[in-house]
Amino acid sequence: MTAARERRDPLARKKLRHVPSGLRSRAMHALSARAAQGRFALQACTECGTATHPPRNACPLCWGELAWTDQPSGAKVLCETTIRVSTDLYFREHMPWRMGKVLLDAGPVALVHLHAALHPDDRADVRMMIDRGGNAALFAVPAGDTDLMSDPQWREFIVPIEGRIVLVSDARNAVGRAMVKELHAKGAELVVAGLPGPALASDATDAVLTLDGVQAIALDVTDATSVAEAASRIGGPLDIVVNTARHVRAGGVSANPGFVEQRRAFEVSAMGLSRLASTFAPMLAGRPNGAFVDVLSSAALVGDAAQAGFAAAEAARHSLLQSLRHEMRGAGVRVMSVFTGPVDDADHQAVPPPKVAPARIAASVAEALLNGREQTCVGDVAQDTMERWLTDPALLAREKNL
Amino acid sequence: MSRAQAPYTGVAVCAPITVPYKRFSAEPAHWWAGRALRLLRQTAGLRPTDIDGFCFSSFSCGPDTAVGMTQHLGLTPRWLDHIPTGGASGVMALRRAARAVQCGDAELVVCLAADTNQIDSFRHSLAGFSRFSQDAVYPYGFGGPNATFALITDAYMREYGVTREDFGKLCVAQRANAGSNPLALQRKPLTLDAYMAARPIADPVHLFDCVMPCAGAEAFIVTTPERAEALGLKMAQILATIERHNAFPEDPVQLRGGWAMDIEGFWQTARITPAEVDTLQVYDDYPVIVAMQIEDLGFCNKGKVGEFIRANEFTIDRDLPLNTNGGQLSAGQAGAAGGFQNVTEGLRQILHMPLGDQVPAASIAAISGFGLVNYDRGVCTAAALLEALP
Repeated sequence: MTAARERRDPLARKKLRHVPSGLRSRAMHALSARAAQGRFALQACTECGTATHPPRNACPLCWGELAWTDQPSGAKVLCETTIRVSTDLYFREHMPWRMGKVLLDAGPVALVHLHAALHPDDRADVRMMIDRGGNAALFAVPAGDTDLMSDPQWREFIVPIEGRIVLVSDARNAVGRAMVKELHAKGAELVVAGLPGPALASDATDAVLTLDGVQAIALDVTDATSVAEAASRIGGPLDIVVNTARHVRAGGVSANPGFVEQRRAFEVSAMGLSRLASTFAPMLAGRPNGAFVDVLSSAALVGDAAQAGFAAAEAARHSLLQSLRHEMRGAGVRVMSVFTGPVDDADHQAVPPPKVAPARIAASVAEALLNGREQTCVGDVAQDTMERWLTDPALLAREKNL
Repeated sequence: MSRAQAPYTGVAVCAPITVPYKRFSAEPAHWWAGRALRLLRQTAGLRPTDIDGFCFSSFSCGPDTAVGMTQHLGLTPRWLDHIPTGGASGVMALRRAARAVQCGDAELVVCLAADTNQIDSFRHSLAGFSRFSQDAVYPYGFGGPNATFALITDAYMREYGVTREDFGKLCVAQRANAGSNPLALQRKPLTLDAYMAARPIADPVHLFDCVMPCAGAEAFIVTTPERAEALGLKMAQILATIERHNAFPEDPVQLRGGWAMDIEGFWQTARITPAEVDTLQVYDDYPVIVAMQIEDLGFCNKGKVGEFIRANEFTIDRDLPLNTNGGQLSAGQAGAAGGFQNVTEGLRQILHMPLGDQVPAASIAAISGFGLVNYDRGVCTAAALLEALP
C-alpha cells in the first residue's frame, strides 16, 4: 500500500538548511567524540581530581594532567535567557532560543541549551548531545520523566520517526525486515522497503511488507541503475535512510578466500553504501531532520580472521561512513553508526551465541534516532568489542585474528 | 597582603583625543589610528620623533599588532606595548605607560586604541573571539555578548533585587548626558517609558541595554609634567590604579568583578574617599556592569545598588555625574576604543575641556574598565583615580 505522498513544485526555491558554526578546539572535539558514544564525560585532573569545563589543556587548580572521565549528569539551573536576536544563520531560523547556565553536580558551571520547562533553581538532568553541526552540546532537561519531544529545541537534536518517510535499503534480510516493522510501529508515515533480487511470490502476502504505510520496491545496492530507479520511484521527500544491506560469508585471505563472495561483500557493504549515499544524500539534505543510519558489524573495527572478506568490506564501509558523516555535517544530516555482533539469522547459523535478535537491532536504530545518538553498539559482542577497541586497539586486533 | 603601591611621581596624563565615531566605516583600524595621531599633531604639535613610547589596543587591526603599527605610522619608540584587554585597556595602558615614564624607559608615551566596524565585521569578530567562546558559548544560540550578559543580568537582578527600572534610570541619565556631546551617535532623548517598552534582545536584556558597535579611535598622552608643560598641555596626575584578571573564578555567576579584590588599597593609596569623586566614568557595555562597578568601587555597599540608583541622579549637573559623554550606551562602542573613552572623558572633565557640558568644578575623576568576555564573564578589570594638576 502506498500512502498519499506530498508533492512539491520542482521549481520552487529550496529552503536552505544552515547548521551551527563548527569551529572547535581539539579538546572540544575530544568531548564530541565521547558525546557521540552517548557518554557524559568531562575532563578531570589526574592529580587533584577536579572536573573542568569548557575543555582545557591543564587543570586550572593545580596545572595537573587532565583525563576524560564519566561524570554525574545532574545539575541545578542558575540563570536563564531567551535569545531573540542572533547574527548566526542557523539560530536566526530557530529564534527565540532558550539557554541558561547550570551548576553541574560534577563541579563546573556550564552554559546549556535549556528545556522550555526549566527555570532558575530547578534540578536538571544534562544530556550530552550532538548538535546539527556535529559537535557536542549540553542540553538541560527537567529531572525525571518529561515529554521532551514537545520542546522544539530538543527536536533539533534528535531525529523524529513519527510522520516521517523512511527507506530501508534491504528489507529482504532479517534485520531489514525487523527494521520495517519497527519504524512502522513507531509511526513513520511511509516505510519504503527495498527488496534486492527477484520478487518472490510470498512478498505479496508478507505480513510486514503488506502493512498499511509500507511500500515494497525493488532495490539492489550493488546495481547503480536499481538504486537510481528506486530513488525516482520514491520521488518525493525522504527523511531517513536505514542501510541494512550486508553480505555475510565465512572465508579467509590466503586460505579459502572465496573471491566471488569477497567481491560481493565489498559490492554490498562498501560500494553499496556509496551508491546509496550519492543517490539519497541530496534528498536527505533538503529535509529538516535528515538522517542516514548504517547498521554495520563490529568486525569493521579490527577485522576477523574467520570471515576476513566480510570484515574487510565492513571496515571499508565504516571508513566510508565516517567520511559521509563529514560530508553531511554541512547539511545538518545526521549520520549514525549502529554496530552489531553476530545476528540471530540465517547468516550466522554456524555461530554460537551470544547473537543479537534482529528485532533488538531494529529497536536500537529507532532509539538512536529518537535520542540523536551518533554511535550505538547493540548486543554483548559489539559492546565488548567497542570497549576493548577503545582501551587497546592493538591488543583487540590480535585477539580477533588469533 | 600585597605590597603598597608606589605613588606615580613625575607622571602627567594629558591630551585626550577622540576621533569622531562612525556607525560603519570602510576604513581599517590603521586609518583610525592615523586619524588619532593626526589630531595629536594638530592639538599638541606632536611629530613622530616626539613619541618614544607607544601603547596600542585594537580588535580589528589584524594581522598587525602594535609592532606593525610602528612601521605603518612611522613611529620609532623605545618602549612598546600591545594591550588585548578590550574594555579594560584604557586604564591598563595608562598604568603601564605611567610606570614607563616614571622609570625613564620612555619620556612621552602615546596610548591609542582604534577599531573599525565594517558591515558584518561584528559577526566575524564574534565567531573567532576566544577558544572558550567558540567551544562553549556560541553553540548555545549564538547570542553574542547580549546572551552572556543576559545571564549575568538575570542572576544579578534576582540576587540583589535590582529592577529594570533601576537599569533604565542609568541608561536614561547617560542618554541625557549624551545630549550635549556632539560626537555621540545616539543623542535623541530617551524616556524611561521608551526604555521599558523596547524590544527584548535576550531576556532580560532589551534594546536600550545594548551598545551600538561602531568605528572610532581614542588616545591620550602619558609623559612628565615638564614635557607636558613644554607642549603647553593641561595635565592630570594619577592618584591610584588597580588591575585584576580572572577574579573570583569560584563564583558560579559573575555578581562581582575584580575591583572588589583590590578596592581597599585603591582608596587608601589615593588618600580620598568615593565622596570626593567629581565624576565617574565606568565601562558600560550593559547597565548591569555599571551597577556592579558602582558597588565594587565602593560608591555603595554590595547589594544596595538598587537603593543607591533610586536615591541619586547621574546627569552632568547632579549628584554623581556618570559617563558624561553618554558612555558607550549612547556615544557608541568603538571596539577597544570603547575601553579608552572612560579615560579620555574623565580626563576632559577634570581638565575642563569637555566635548559637551562641563561637570561643575570637577577636579577628580574615577575611571573604571571591564574587559573581555573569554567565556561566561568579563575577565579583566581595572580602575584609576585622576586629579587635575594646577
